[in-house]
Amino acid sequence: MLKPLTLTAALLSTPAFAADTPLTVVSWGGDFAAMQDAALARPFAEATGQAVRFLDTDDPAGLVKTQVEAGNVVVDVASVGQGAAMRLCAEGDVEPLDPAALLPAADGTAAAADFMPGTLGDCFVPTDIYSTVIAYDRQALETAPRSAADFFDLDRFPGRRALGRTPQFTLELALIADGVPAAQVYELLATEAGVERALARLDGIRDQIVWWDAGAQPIQLLADREVVMAHAYNGRVYKAAEVDGLPLAILWDAQLYEVEGWVIPKGAPQPQRARDFVAYSTSAEAQLRSAAILPYGPPRLSAQALLENPGADGRTTLAPHLPTAPENMANALFVAPEFWADHETQLRERFTAWLGQD
Amino acid sequence: MALPTYASPLERIWHWTYIALCVAIFTFLIAPILVVIPLSFNAEPYFTFTAKMRSFDPDGYSLRWYDTLLTFGMARPDAPRDAAWWADVWANARWINAAKNSVIIGIFSTILATVLGTLAALGLSRPEMPFRRMIMAMLISPMIVPIIITATGMFFFYSSACVDSTTTLGRWLAPVLSNNGCLANTYLGVILAHATLGIPFVIITVTATLIGFDQSLNRAASSLGANPRRVFFKVTMPLILPGVISGALFAFVTSFDEVVAVLFIAGPDQQTIPRQMWNGIREQISPAILAVATLLVVFSILLLTTVELLRRRSERLRGLSPA
Amino acid sequence: MQNALDPHAAIVTEASGGAATLLTTADGQPLARALARSSARARRRAFLLVAPLLLFVVVTFVIPIGQMLHRSMYNAGFADNMPQVSAWFQENPAGTPIDEAAWGALAADLQLAAGNRTIGIVGTRINYDVPGTRSLFTSTGRKARDGFPPPYRDSLIEADAKWDNPTLWRAMRSASSAYTANFYLSSLDRTRDDDGKITTVPERQQVYVMLFKRTLWLSLAITGMTFLLGFPIAHLLATLPMRKSNLLMILVLLPFWTSLLVRTTAWMVLLQQQGVLNDIFVWLGVVGPDGRLQMIYNRTGTIIAMTHILLPFMILPLYSVMRTINPSYVRAARSLGATSWTAFRRVYFPQTLPGLGAGALLVFILAVGYYITPALVGGSTGQLISNMIAMHMTETLNWSMAAALAALLLGGVLVLYWVYDRLVGIDNLKLG
Repeated sequence: MLKPLTLTAALLSTPAFAADTPLTVVSWGGDFAAMQDAALARPFAEATGQAVRFLDTDDPAGLVKTQVEAGNVVVDVASVGQGAAMRLCAEGDVEPLDPAALLPAADGTAAAADFMPGTLGDCFVPTDIYSTVIAYDRQALETAPRSAADFFDLDRFPGRRALGRTPQFTLELALIADGVPAAQVYELLATEAGVERALARLDGIRDQIVWWDAGAQPIQLLADREVVMAHAYNGRVYKAAEVDGLPLAILWDAQLYEVEGWVIPKGAPQPQRARDFVAYSTSAEAQLRSAAILPYGPPRLSAQALLENPGADGRTTLAPHLPTAPENMANALFVAPEFWADHETQLRERFTAWLGQD
Repeated sequence: MALPTYASPLERIWHWTYIALCVAIFTFLIAPILVVIPLSFNAEPYFTFTAKMRSFDPDGYSLRWYDTLLTFGMARPDAPRDAAWWADVWANARWINAAKNSVIIGIFSTILATVLGTLAALGLSRPEMPFRRMIMAMLISPMIVPIIITATGMFFFYSSACVDSTTTLGRWLAPVLSNNGCLANTYLGVILAHATLGIPFVIITVTATLIGFDQSLNRAASSLGANPRRVFFKVTMPLILPGVISGALFAFVTSFDEVVAVLFIAGPDQQTIPRQMWNGIREQISPAILAVATLLVVFSILLLTTVELLRRRSERLRGLSPA
Repeated sequence: MQNALDPHAAIVTEASGGAATLLTTADGQPLARALARSSARARRRAFLLVAPLLLFVVVTFVIPIGQMLHRSMYNAGFADNMPQVSAWFQENPAGTPIDEAAWGALAADLQLAAGNRTIGIVGTRINYDVPGTRSLFTSTGRKARDGFPPPYRDSLIEADAKWDNPTLWRAMRSASSAYTANFYLSSLDRTRDDDGKITTVPERQQVYVMLFKRTLWLSLAITGMTFLLGFPIAHLLATLPMRKSNLLMILVLLPFWTSLLVRTTAWMVLLQQQGVLNDIFVWLGVVGPDGRLQMIYNRTGTIIAMTHILLPFMILPLYSVMRTINPSYVRAARSLGATSWTAFRRVYFPQTLPGLGAGALLVFILAVGYYITPALVGGSTGQLISNMIAMHMTETLNWSMAAALAALLLGGVLVLYWVYDRLVGIDNLKLG
């Protein structure tokens, strides 16, 4: 009896018990995860000998919550938005993180002072500032769209549009397109009337919407000419347009920028190594390395100073593509983390009900 | 299907319409499976036949998507293709790892499903089996219950099915359980789940073989002095073997093609081919997916051929059809 | 000994037993007892063969599903994390005015839950019953770190006026007991109004009943399509000579053996706007280059792909029944003067009904539970109830809701399965 069991055990044993267990990082896949791998994980592996592997999902926060609440956590570090991080923190699903354990800026400024005010959280260390923008096919549209309202204008801009299958970003865009000033969007969205107004706006283009789940899909839909406009992450649009040469352009009006960063799930298999990775990968140098690959803004002030300093190291060409570039901020909306921490559940159910209706 | 000589003109028209209709339906059945094959050799990253492909220009075709199946996930894909490169493929390429996982999980779950399923089918085919109908219904139900329900049930159960690793049993089982001693995110968990899903197929095929099985052969063997074990291996087994093998193949295919349970209960170490395809389809369906699809179609043709040969052999053995 | 207990050996003894008044076996036992014992033994042996698998299926399948269904009526998110106010609800029956003791218990619990980082769980639980209250808990929780000063009623209402809401208190009372039927109410688009009566939710928020109906209709449509496409094929296969029909059968079995994901991908390739079928239509001039048809990421996509995937399940049972139909009946009808249509309708078709019933039930049962194909090609209008269960499992993380929807779906499927067993018999399920 012993023999077959040992044999089976040997065959089935997972590498999880070997000493060199890789750190498991869950992220959004595609270009974004590739950037994190190249700019953060591989340098970390070279510096410390600790390998990192990536898991791809459409919803890292959901994955973390599922694993923590079901009691089987395999993720060590997760990349989530600030609102989701706040929510996970309030529900005790992620570990508190001490800013004192983070690396100081090059001039010695403590990390807590080096991050942009309001971006560090109790359980959250920012990695980048990204934006959800309107991307369009320059060849398919005769005239370029100028505002968010054009996204909803089927007469002047015929063709299908791609939107993320989440209330977050979609409802904000609909309200701004409906003429709501960016500053009042969340005030309005907290009311039933505001939600109705956003959904009514979406109803107007409903049969022309293609819904996407993964961040790579809107780019693919544009590339396949399945849609003429898409709500997509600015870094991936940049990569498709500037690196891969697709005829895509970004409309910065009504851009929705949010802080993205790391959380460590409660009960992570390797919490100490996860903390090491978080500290290593949120240094100013690491943020500059990632910004050199995809134009997501660095949340550290010391890194921002280097980016804006002309001729620092040739990375400055990315500056106009960053969500935080002044010319891109004209009608920008900061995605409020408290609002989404408090309203996500309810708006998701509401949005899902609306989506499912005929 | 020949038309009788007395058919009226109307009947002739109807006959040929009917034939045309059948051709159209066969096309509907088979064309989608065949269309992925040429497209997987597309030189461009599109899902449609490019002008070059339509004119059979060799430049329109390439093996690049098959190549990405090897290089995707490798540490150094651009290194010279020597032994070290192939070792890198074997260790790191995502599709290769997915294939390894699919085969390991498929084989173990098939063995489990086939052994348990065959024994049960033998019991179920005995006329004296109590509660036969009810038990049979329960054993077949994994095939009927919507997979999402099965998968979510297993998700919760496996997360709570844990053994304390400090106990003797926990130490024994530690290598096959996750690091917190649970079934979730382990090979064993996926194997058990897939065995459960494969069992109905084994029961159905083996029971079908046993329907034509003449029990007096067993009695004859017993009366000639064979012990029950000898009767089973020398008489019963050879006769039901084709059914057992085709049941095993069904169980293997079920596991090899299963994605929902894997999505819910497998961990990062147990990425299988369907799981990898699911990711690929939702992210960006590059023709690399079609290359995998083509390989899987070839695989299913091989399986189908095997099953058909077995079925014919079984029918001949049981005298159900002329040799 | 073994042979003595064999029923056949016993029968031999009976035949040679001759004039004995009480029939006995060779070793002198009463025959009836020996027979009973031997048949009990045979039953035990048969059962022992099945037992390992039965145990296996119970452990890996029946218990997990039962455990999951338990969640549809059990949610301790509030009761576990708000102990004092839950205790107050236990002691004071419904209708008791909310006194200062209750407010004090609530204030203490809020502080406790905020400190334990469980306030979000509590808020989420109440939010299921009173939408929009999650933020009330979390925002009050942020203020509750240092506790509230008495009088508690005033402090809490000062923190947020929404606490003074009878509906909210009623929801908390109902959540203070972990067992609830509310998730089943929600799965039927019902809720409790301020008086605790069951009412329908506002029309704009209804979704589940419609999804159940859509699942039924789409499954019926798919069953109908598989019948329309499967019948001619099965008939052709059944009437052709064996050699030819075996060859053509491969065209039916190949899709059957091909990976589900491969078939779904193939349909995505074919049906996309820039896909093969639209290219052919444009080339033929059926549609203009700008009028490419939208055949995927909607209901059409779900129906086409699922019809293709489930078609073999219709063809195979139809074929096996049609093979057994004697062609001379139709010939007899024709020779008695029936037109070919009448002969088909009155003589041939009724004989195919057992196969048709088996195929249709099987296709329908499999269709109502489908998940993968609608998720990939269904867009938002082609999603079925399974997709909603998955969404509650992985996105909203409302597991009780997922379990309640799963319970209703499972109930429906089991009824159909029972009907299948009655009409067709599980023994007659055939593969290939």
